[in-house]
Amino acid sequence: MNELFKKGRETLGREVRLIQGNQAMSEGAIYAGARFFAGYPITPSSEIAEDCSKVMLKVGGVYMQMEDEIASIAAVIGASLAGAKAFTATSGPGFSLMQENLGVAVMGEVPCVVINVQRRGPSTGLSTKPAQGDIMQLRWGRHGDQSVIALCPATVSECFAMTVTAFNFAEKFRVPVIVAPDEIVAHMRETFSLPEPGEVEVIDRKKPSGSPKDYKPFVADADGVAPLAAYGSEYVFHVSSSMHGPDGYSNNDPANAAWRVAQLHRKIEMHRDEIVITKNFATEDADVLMIAFGATTRASRAAALELRKQGIKAGVLQLITLWPFADREVATLADKVKTVIVPEMNYSGQVAGEVQRVLGSGADIRRVNSYNGEVITPQEIRRVIS
Amino acid sequence: MSHATGVRYLKEGMLPHMWCSGCGIGVMLGAMLRAFEELGYRNADTVVVTGIGCTGKADDYLVTHALHTTHGRALAYATGIKAFNPKLHVVVLMGDGDSVTIGGNHFIHAARRNIDLTAIIINNFNYGMTGGQVSATTPGGRYTSTTSWGNPERDFDICALAEVAGANYVARETPYHGWEMKELIKEALNKKGFSLVEVFSPCPTHFGKNNEMRQTREMLDWLKEKGLPVEQYRKLSVAEQENHFAIGKLVDRDATDFNTRYEEIRARATAL
Amino acid sequence: MGKKERYEIILAGSGGQGLVLAGIMLGEAAVLEGRNVVQTQSYGIASRGGLSLAEVIIDREEIIYQQVQEPDIILALTEEALEKYAALAEKGVRIFYDTTLAKPRAGENLTGYPFTKIASDLGNVASVNILSLGAMTAAVPMVKTESLAGVIRKRFQGKALEMNLEALRKGVELI
Repeated sequence: MNELFKKGRETLGREVRLIQGNQAMSEGAIYAGARFFAGYPITPSSEIAEDCSKVMLKVGGVYMQMEDEIASIAAVIGASLAGAKAFTATSGPGFSLMQENLGVAVMGEVPCVVINVQRRGPSTGLSTKPAQGDIMQLRWGRHGDQSVIALCPATVSECFAMTVTAFNFAEKFRVPVIVAPDEIVAHMRETFSLPEPGEVEVIDRKKPSGSPKDYKPFVADADGVAPLAAYGSEYVFHVSSSMHGPDGYSNNDPANAAWRVAQLHRKIEMHRDEIVITKNFATEDADVLMIAFGATTRASRAAALELRKQGIKAGVLQLITLWPFADREVATLADKVKTVIVPEMNYSGQVAGEVQRVLGSGADIRRVNSYNGEVITPQEIRRVIS
Repeated sequence: MSHATGVRYLKEGMLPHMWCSGCGIGVMLGAMLRAFEELGYRNADTVVVTGIGCTGKADDYLVTHALHTTHGRALAYATGIKAFNPKLHVVVLMGDGDSVTIGGNHFIHAARRNIDLTAIIINNFNYGMTGGQVSATTPGGRYTSTTSWGNPERDFDICALAEVAGANYVARETPYHGWEMKELIKEALNKKGFSLVEVFSPCPTHFGKNNEMRQTREMLDWLKEKGLPVEQYRKLSVAEQENHFAIGKLVDRDATDFNTRYEEIRARATAL
Repeated sequence: MGKKERYEIILAGSGGQGLVLAGIMLGEAAVLEGRNVVQTQSYGIASRGGLSLAEVIIDREEIIYQQVQEPDIILALTEEALEKYAALAEKGVRIFYDTTLAKPRAGENLTGYPFTKIASDLGNVASVNILSLGAMTAAVPMVKTESLAGVIRKRFQGKALEMNLEALRKGVELI
C-alpha cells in the first residue's frame, strides 16, 4: 500500500536534504496533488503555512491565510467541493476550533486533510513544547457520533509518506483525515529524499459517470463510497451538514438518519485493514512489548535495543494509524508477551487506555507518561522493566 | 423585457415553502432566482452556500450546486469555493444571526478581502428559528424572548459594516419592494468583488409578536415607513435619520477583488 | 581526536545567536558527506533571549532516538549555557565556549575563545555561529571544513557569503 514507507532509507542516487517534519508534510501534500491550503498561523505548525504560501503560487494552487481556524477548515471543505485536494495545518488551540466544521467534512463526506501538530496544553499550555495529548480529541473531538482516520508519523520520511497516505485515504473514502505528529517530529530535521513523481501511489477521488440527472452524491458504490462531483461540473449536487438523503437534500426521516450514520461509520470499518498501519520492530520473540507512536516510537526502539543488550527480549509495535485503533494488532502481539509498556507524552494515558480496553481490565499495562513538555527518554522507558 | 420566473432553479414539489406567512425570505428567494435567470446563470455554474437559521434552509428549494454549512461560517466555506474556482457564481444566503452575530468575523474579512462573492442577508432583527432571541441587529430597547424588558445593547448597521470593511457593492431593500430587490441583487451579482444585499425582513411570528407588530401588514408598514430611498435619506438631519433607514444602492466601487490580486501576485512569483 | 562513526553535538546559547541555523548547517554538511543526520531544537516562545538549544546527531547508521544522549561536543555561547554543561567536561565531553559572554573556566576539555568579540571585530556579530562551527570542526572532525564551506556557499550570496566564509576561516584559524 505504501511503497515509500517500505522503502525506508533507500535514497541512493537522489538529492538528499536535511528537512523538517513540517516541510516534509507540505511536500507530501503537494506530491499528493494538494492545490489548496487555508490556515491560520500557530506554533508549532506555522512552517507548513509558510511553505505552502510560497509553493502554491508556483504549482497553480491557492494559499489563503484565513481569519481563524474555523474559517480555515471551512475554506478547505469549500475548495475540496470545488474539486481541489485541500488541507490545513494547526495545533491544539486551532484544532479545537476546527472541530465543528471537521464534522461537516465527515457528514458531507468531503475529502480533506488536517495536520494537527501536537503541543503541550492544557489550553495554550507550552506552545513550543511537544505532547501527545490530543489522541482522544482526534477521535472524539466532534459532537455527534462519527468515525475518523488519524495518522501519526515518527520520522521526517514518515511525515511525507503519511501525508500522501492521508490524502489517499481522504480521496478514496471521502473522509477528513488527520495527521497528528508531535512537535518533536514536526520540528525535527532529518535526512530526506523526495520520491520521483509516480513513485508513490497517489489516489484521486472517484468521479461520477452516467447521466448528471441521476447523480446522487450519497449513494455509495459497493466499496461503501459514493463518487464525488465538483461544483461547476454538470453533475449539479447538494452537500449538507444537516441530516440529508441520498440526494443531499434535507431528510429527517428516522430510517434515513439511521442509514446515513451507519454508512459513515461502515465505510471506514469496511476498509479497516487497509487503513490501520502499524510497524513491528523485533517483536517476533519479544517478552516485553512497547506500544508506541510518534516520537515515543524512537525512544522505545532505543530502549528495546538497550534491553536486548541486557538479555531482555524487547520489541516495539509502532502505531502509525491511531484511529481506527489497531485493536487486532495490539491483541495479537500482546498475547505473546509477558509485559506491555505504553509510553506517551500525556498524563492520562490516552493510548494506554485503549490498549487496556483491547487487552481487558485485568491486563498489566505499564505506563510511562511525560507531561512537562519534555520528551520521554529511552532510560525512562527501560526503568519500568528493572 | 421577458418576465423571468426563476423556476428553472427551483426544486420541483417543494412549494409551498416552510417559512412563516409574512416572512421575507420567500420574496428574497424569488428575487434572487429571477435575477439568476435574467443574468443567464447556468445551474451548473452557480453555487448557493447557506448557513444555519431560517434563511439557511433556502438551499433545499434549489437545483443549483449548494452547500449547507454551519452557523456563521457560510462565508468562509464560500471563500474556499470561489478562491479555488473563480469561474463559479457563488452566492451566500444568511440571516442576521448567521452573518454578523456568530459570523461577524468572517463577514468583515470576506469584505476586506473583497472576494467575489455575493452575500444576501435576511435581517429580521432576531433569531427566528430558535424562537425569537436577541441578535446583533435587534435595535436597542426592542423586545425579544431574551430581552423581555428591552434590549440593552445597540444594533449593528450591516451595510455600514460592509462598507468600512471594504465591500465593493452594498445595497439594502425590503420585501415591500420586490422588483427593486431583484434589480439590486442583479447589480450585486454582476459586481466583481464582495457585494452585499441586505434585506430587512418582517418576522411577524417572533419579532413582530414581541414588538406590537403581530400582523405581517404591520411589520411591512413599519419597514415601508422607515425605509427611505438613499438619496432622500441622506438629505435628512442626523436626528431625523435616527428614525429611518436607507434603501437602495449604498456603495458601488471597483477595488480589485481577491482572485485578481492573487493572480497578479502569482504572475510575479512565477516570473522569477 | 580521530574520526568517529557517530557524533552527538549540542549547540547552546540564547535565542537570536543563530544556534538552530548553526545546527542545520552542521547537519547539512554531514548530509553532503553522505551521512544520516537528525537535528532537533528546544526553545522558548521568545525569538530573542532565553536558553536556546540545537542538537545534532551525525551517524553512518540509522539514528533511532532523536535526542543527544551522550554528547561528544558542546558549544556554549552564554554563561547560562556554560553553567548548564560545564560539569560534563570532566566526563570527557569537549566543550567550546564564548569568553565574551561567559566567565572563563579552567579544566581539561574546556576551550574558551571570544567568539562573539571576534565576529564583532569582523563586522558581523551574527556570524558568531559560523565562526564557532569553524573552530569546533577544526578541533573535532565531525564534518570536513570544506563541507561546511559548501553549505555556506549554497545558503548565502554576495557580501553575506564573503563574510560568512571569512568567519569560518577565522574560526578554523583559532585551533
